[in-house]
Amino acid sequence: MKFLNKISKIALVGAVTAFALSATPTLAQTLRLLTWGGYAPENVIDKFTAETGIKVEVTLSNNEEMIAKLRATGGGGFDLAQPSQDRVAGAQAEYDIYKPMDLSQIDASQFIASMLDATKGQTTLDGDVYGVPHVWGTSGLIVDTTKAGDVKDDLDLCDAQYEGKVSYRLKRPTLIGFAFSMGLDPFAAYSDVAAYTEVMNKVEDKLIECKVNVKTYWSGGDEIMNLLRSGEVVAAMAWDTGGWKLNADNPDITFVAPKAGALGWIDAFVLPKKGKADEAAYKWINFVMQPEVAAMITAQAGNFTASLGADAMADDALKSRFQGSFPPADIDNIKWYPPVPAGLEAIEGGVLDRVNASK
Amino acid sequence: MIGPRTKLGLILVMSPLLLWLTTLIIIPHLDMLYVSLREKVGVRQYEFGFGNYMTFFTEPLYWNTFARTAYMSIMATILTLLIGFPVSYYIAKIAKGRLKMALFLLCLVPFWVSELVRTFGWMILLRETGVISNFLQWSGIVNQPVEMLYNDAAIMVGLVYTSMLFMVVPLVTTLDSLDDSLIEAGYDLGASGFAILKNIVIPHAVPGIVTGSIVVFMLSLGNYLTPILLGGKSSLWFTGMIYSQFITRFNWEQGAAFGFLLLGLSSLIVFVGLKLSGQTLAKTMG
Repeated sequence: MKFLNKISKIALVGAVTAFALSATPTLAQTLRLLTWGGYAPENVIDKFTAETGIKVEVTLSNNEEMIAKLRATGGGGFDLAQPSQDRVAGAQAEYDIYKPMDLSQIDASQFIASMLDATKGQTTLDGDVYGVPHVWGTSGLIVDTTKAGDVKDDLDLCDAQYEGKVSYRLKRPTLIGFAFSMGLDPFAAYSDVAAYTEVMNKVEDKLIECKVNVKTYWSGGDEIMNLLRSGEVVAAMAWDTGGWKLNADNPDITFVAPKAGALGWIDAFVLPKKGKADEAAYKWINFVMQPEVAAMITAQAGNFTASLGADAMADDALKSRFQGSFPPADIDNIKWYPPVPAGLEAIEGGVLDRVNASK
Repeated sequence: MIGPRTKLGLILVMSPLLLWLTTLIIIPHLDMLYVSLREKVGVRQYEFGFGNYMTFFTEPLYWNTFARTAYMSIMATILTLLIGFPVSYYIAKIAKGRLKMALFLLCLVPFWVSELVRTFGWMILLRETGVISNFLQWSGIVNQPVEMLYNDAAIMVGLVYTSMLFMVVPLVTTLDSLDDSLIEAGYDLGASGFAILKNIVIPHAVPGIVTGSIVVFMLSLGNYLTPILLGGKSSLWFTGMIYSQFITRFNWEQGAAFGFLLLGLSSLIVFVGLKLSGQTLAKTMG
């Protein structure tokens, strides 16, 4: 009996310890952040933890995976997420995975006012605002100017001389980019299912015809950088930062804003519905929007932020690359993604499947 | 008082298994089944129906993708068997002592790193600026870079490489249990090498062949990384399609239906394979 007693005591102590341990993280606050690579650099996290005592757990992801993850848990598992602003209202309408932002908790004076207003407007559903802007950038063309100097627009990728030498993703930005390049306006057709289907069908035919030129459909940022660096691919549709990073190593390769217009995106901050640390989330938002912290993120991610005054602190080399790729007229020509209405993905999905399956 | 105690013991012993089965296998599958039977009719509106399953049969694209995946997996299984059998025979019957261990270990070593790393290894070899292409140019056999990635042959190489171990292990085990004196007796009676292989070795190895083939077939059919990475733009694979339904299309209902179709159709293929070869699962396992 004594022996049993001892065992039960040990078990009891064990259980109590386990309980205490499992309770600790809520006492010392943790912020579970679902974001993109480069948006929460180590030095920014260290600074934040030193100032507030809040630990930050970062999970790297992309738009589709963020929404899929939050949908799987009904908006749980994370306290702050960063999908693009055009993917907020639609996903909220469909899956109810976010909670409205308490804008009084956010220091609006740190934001570029026009961007804050635009994002607030685009992420509004039934009168509630769900997002504020963070990092913005564009996607367009990365071109090796010595080998594919005359690629100026997405459709140029389909030119016969580049057979087997180009690459793009099999994802919605490609569909949108091709549509603009073909002189269509997909954004105007967003709200009209029939019109949008027609636009997408035209794009589908073009992409199937163009498939012979494609070396492979890339899926990760490192993959396309590698293909371009090795010279296996001479022109690709990709993000601006990828082009600028390659440009730093090889001056021949750079980002080009397509003639039809680069596609502009803004990655936002949103609160997942079952997030448990809203206060920490607001603290993080206000922290990273300080100009000097935003400049640290720009240095890491390569993209500019919606923080007021941060671009003045950015690295000169990055600024000159940006100006090289974007003459003022091209900035005005950027096509900003409007909110994606719920259900559009189904139309695009069919197109992408058929392009993938074509010979 | 022994009865209840044994019963309690049995429950305690079984409970981890039962917990595992119900929480991690049965419940998720029931949930998937439920999701697959929901048809989306509008924003946050669903109806019960078999529409997601019908899509598979009415849209030739999905049906063709499955047929292609199954065909490639069967080819991969046959190739793995053809390559794996001599290797296993050598390890089990010809190699002795340390050499035997060393050879077996060599088959095992690649599996100490993840599948992703192994696949990247093949990409480094096969790509246009890769090792083989550079070697061919250096040796003067070709005068410009050759692209060997992003086609069906590359997928096949990857699949066979990835599943080789799962064919070799059961084959070595069954061949090991074959008494050498039977083979010697065959030679003593004047049989040719081929006759011995056909009448003695293969009949004895059938359980290993069947086990290995089932495992390799299912692994290939359910493989995601290898076909996607090595196949590039030609990688049309059913699991990839399920992934994109779930992740990029937000169409869980369709993805779940595809998942169940994969489960059902692959079981059917294995069943037909067993019937055609005159085997039963019980005989193979026993």
